[in-house]
Amino acid sequence: MKLVLNEELQFLKDTASNFAKDKAPVSHLRKLRDEDHPNSWDEGLWNEMVELGWTSILIPEKYGGSEFGLAGISVVLQELGKTLVPSPLFATGVLGVTSINQMGSESQKEELLGKILEGKLTTALAIDEGSHHEPANTELTAEKNNDGWVINGEKVFVIDGSSADLLIVIARTSGNKGDAQGLSAFIVDPSLKGINRRKVPTADSRNYANISFEDVTISAEAILGEIDGASDQIQKVLDFGRIAMSAEMLGNTEEAFAITLNYLKERKQFGVLIGSFQALQHRAAKMFCEIELTKSAVIAAMHAADENSNELERLSSLAKFQAGTTLHTVSNESIQMHGGIGVTDEYDIGFYLKRARVAEQIFGSSTYHKSRYADISGY
Amino acid sequence: MSNLENFRAEVSEWLEENCPPSMRTPMVEDEVVWGGRNAIYKNPESKIWLDKMGGKGWTAPALPKEYGGGGLNSDEIKILNSELFKIGARPALNSFGIWMLAPVIIEYGNEAQKMEHIPKILKGEIRWCQGYSEPGSGSDLASLSTKAEDMGDHYLVNGQKVWTSYADQADWIFALVRTGPKEPKHSGISFLLIDMADPGVTTKPITLISGKSPFCETFFDNVKVPKENLIGKENQGWTIAKKLLQHERNFISNFGLAAGGGDGSKTKGVVGLAKTYLGEENGKIADLDFRSRVTEHKMKEHSFGLTLQRAGDEGGKASAASSIFKYYGTEHNKNRYELMIEAMGNKGFIWDGDEAESKEKAITRAWLRTKANSIEGGTSEVQLNVIAKRVLDLPA
Repeated sequence: MKLVLNEELQFLKDTASNFAKDKAPVSHLRKLRDEDHPNSWDEGLWNEMVELGWTSILIPEKYGGSEFGLAGISVVLQELGKTLVPSPLFATGVLGVTSINQMGSESQKEELLGKILEGKLTTALAIDEGSHHEPANTELTAEKNNDGWVINGEKVFVIDGSSADLLIVIARTSGNKGDAQGLSAFIVDPSLKGINRRKVPTADSRNYANISFEDVTISAEAILGEIDGASDQIQKVLDFGRIAMSAEMLGNTEEAFAITLNYLKERKQFGVLIGSFQALQHRAAKMFCEIELTKSAVIAAMHAADENSNELERLSSLAKFQAGTTLHTVSNESIQMHGGIGVTDEYDIGFYLKRARVAEQIFGSSTYHKSRYADISGY
Repeated sequence: MSNLENFRAEVSEWLEENCPPSMRTPMVEDEVVWGGRNAIYKNPESKIWLDKMGGKGWTAPALPKEYGGGGLNSDEIKILNSELFKIGARPALNSFGIWMLAPVIIEYGNEAQKMEHIPKILKGEIRWCQGYSEPGSGSDLASLSTKAEDMGDHYLVNGQKVWTSYADQADWIFALVRTGPKEPKHSGISFLLIDMADPGVTTKPITLISGKSPFCETFFDNVKVPKENLIGKENQGWTIAKKLLQHERNFISNFGLAAGGGDGSKTKGVVGLAKTYLGEENGKIADLDFRSRVTEHKMKEHSFGLTLQRAGDEGGKASAASSIFKYYGTEHNKNRYELMIEAMGNKGFIWDGDEAESKEKAITRAWLRTKANSIEGGTSEVQLNVIAKRVLDLPA
């Protein structure tokens, strides 16, 4: 496995880079926030992404997709991350597509992947229930009844949870809270009786919902994959999500760092550019090293996913840890190095900090992934 | 079979025939081969192994065949290395000549210099040391004052170098000398090769905090050096000096990767040490705080290794990037040894005697040796300056 981008990936990356700069600079996110946009993402922009073929990147050719793989969608998200572009691409194009492709029946794949490809369907993966990510702690239940299943429970922090056309709900069908096994996945129409979606306003101004399910009845065909069979497969979906999110976080990091470097080269105090101060230079140089390490971990992880490597889990945790710790440092230092202007809402750098802390928690914090890496490695 | 598969088969067969049995066992400290006129081969098979590898050009597989190198491309080198790794072969030769000097002679030397010096380096016949730092010129290397006066057919060299690695055992020294006393400091330096057997060259070992003496002071007292030993042009040595430093930083940065022993090993590696001395619970390092810190260390190492690999895949040559690796690799190596002695508890600082095993005492000494990693070859602070100025383009 060579840790480089081939021409195809480089082309996708360049396209996404131009798209983000031209169509959705940070002012795009700011506008959605200021308008208190109900979806927190723009439909017109999303349609353009669909037309560019980005929903098809992870879809196999067999179902009409372009099959550019996780590396393909990761480099797109990395570029969109640079200007903090909100869109359903992560929840639908990564999590939705991977869930359906990984667990779905042939007919589910044909129907649902086809709709996603055409931009006619957005999805949300409802998995977390507590303040921290831990799939084994799933308590929401799905119980069999005559016609199908009855769902009861509560999901929180569901990405695009208030806007998605379709929910992919991870439920406990056997065992108890804390068991890694015993989970199943269901596809659920969010307009069903008994479902209550509450959009949660978050620091990063994106779409999240807490969703309660009270005696929600779904059909027998709503199951995605096998009963009790989701536990292992959902980890693969999550690992794809973690790696793609790490790529987006790498983009956040790179741009926050670039903005800060520019500031160091133009801001004068004591009659000189502040970038000439060694105290700041050394901190910037250390951040640069961490960013280089993060890049390598993300590239290795996305290639591992596409090559079906048995190192996927370890590299996924490495990438999320590395992206999380680096973004944490860089987002804080970016504010500090900007001084007073860095804590004003008018200046963009604060948006990166607010996105950073949320992204760090998605599908496991750095602490979570450090612990997972240690377990996998046998430390 | 593809060409590369053929090559792998050839390498494997050649190694089977030519790598002596004891050279396929883990390296023992006093059998490390540095070559040179005065080399003593405690294990005679290490001399056989050196001659075989040197004869094949595989002590420097990337260098051109005409100068005694292997003439291999990067894919072939990967295969050679993986076949050597497969049989657990020891390095045939450790050599500052190969790591630092040969690449710059190739780049800046004339044909006669290449033919004279490179083959002897690659065969381990001549052992080289590095004359850079001086008592008054550490991080501010360009302020060096060892002078070389133009005497017509030769230079007359006077001055003192310090931190010359293994100068007491080396045959030749590549030295930075001042040939232009009136020029600005960077523009009056030349890169000179000096035979240490010449009259007027003396060395004196320096004892370090580890109790060992890998470095020396080297004195030049009216040493006559032929003019043909000048590499490049007079007063243009600083460019060559910087290039050589990049090669030096590249090889020092490999210290950042744990050598041998693997993670599960009980004797080597920070994880193995932690399990041995702090105990295991259900197969995990029992002290959870220490486990967390070790994990973070190992994850950084993993990412660092991937970054070295990526630089190679991107076709990276010696450049400002070498500062990143030098800084990160040496700081990481220091951290590794801190974790190792912490894991060993009160066994981690036994200096001598029979109350600790020799491998334990070796770790204590090695821990102290690592403190120089972030000083030699340019301090960590100098590396950060280089990154800030050359990579990030921050103002002076």
